[in-house]
Amino acid sequence: MSEKNGLFQKFEIAGGDFSRAGSVSTKIKEILKEIGIEPSVVRRAAIVAYEAEMNVVMYARKGEFSLYLTPHFIRMNIKDEGSGIPDIDLAMQEGYSTATDEMREMGFGAGMGLPNIKKNADKFEISSEVGKGTALDVIIRLNQAGKE
Amino acid sequence: MKLRDIQKLLQAEVICGEDRLDTEIDSAGASDLMSDVLAFGKPGLLLITGLSNAQSVRTADIIEARAIVYVRGKKPDKEGAELARKKGIPILSTRFMMYRTCGLLYSHGLPGIIETEEKKQR
Repeated sequence: MSEKNGLFQKFEIAGGDFSRAGSVSTKIKEILKEIGIEPSVVRRAAIVAYEAEMNVVMYARKGEFSLYLTPHFIRMNIKDEGSGIPDIDLAMQEGYSTATDEMREMGFGAGMGLPNIKKNADKFEISSEVGKGTALDVIIRLNQAGKE
Repeated sequence: MKLRDIQKLLQAEVICGEDRLDTEIDSAGASDLMSDVLAFGKPGLLLITGLSNAQSVRTADIIEARAIVYVRGKKPDKEGAELARKKGIPILSTRFMMYRTCGLLYSHGLPGIIETEEKKQR
């Protein structure tokens, strides 16, 4: 898979910073919209970005959000340094959550984040190590050629 | 239904977006859980919520909601209000509770998201 001839941007996410939570996703949505990506695709990418960003803010010390855009697909890599996920299968179940009251007060932590990300992705991979962090790799195709 | 009609019906205060009260609203959804809104929200929806922090405005922006109604007299925080102005998302605040707000709008003909989808499919 080639990622040349595209756009690449990296964003830092600060863990625990609830006041700025979501600002990276807002930025990503603006970038994709400006480029002229189809609105329904922009929306899916924005939902993925927002849920992923919120997960970093809620569960990690810090994270790095990489956005790649090629003529055929959008790829988002989100890597964080944080508590990690002990049981990924369980975390992927709708409604399963380890959120604190503070997270729930923000309107999140209902156990919908990872399932929402998967639902909006064409390709979704997650890996995690307890005590170290979690990495997400998401691809959203822009056309049939975006298939691997 | 125009946003202006919604404002009158809910006796709501316009927090921002005075100039957008003629916006046409054709569906609504209510939740305090932003992940649910992200999962089920459709573009153009009126978001009815009791969550009045900046995350509700960000969520509305991400799903392209047309406007937000805060229930139980809630007002956005400074950051949320600024973001809504920047993004051009009108915010209304009603003192009615969520149940009454939804009931009033529904009984005056504003459907939920799923019903709008069903209608399109017919």
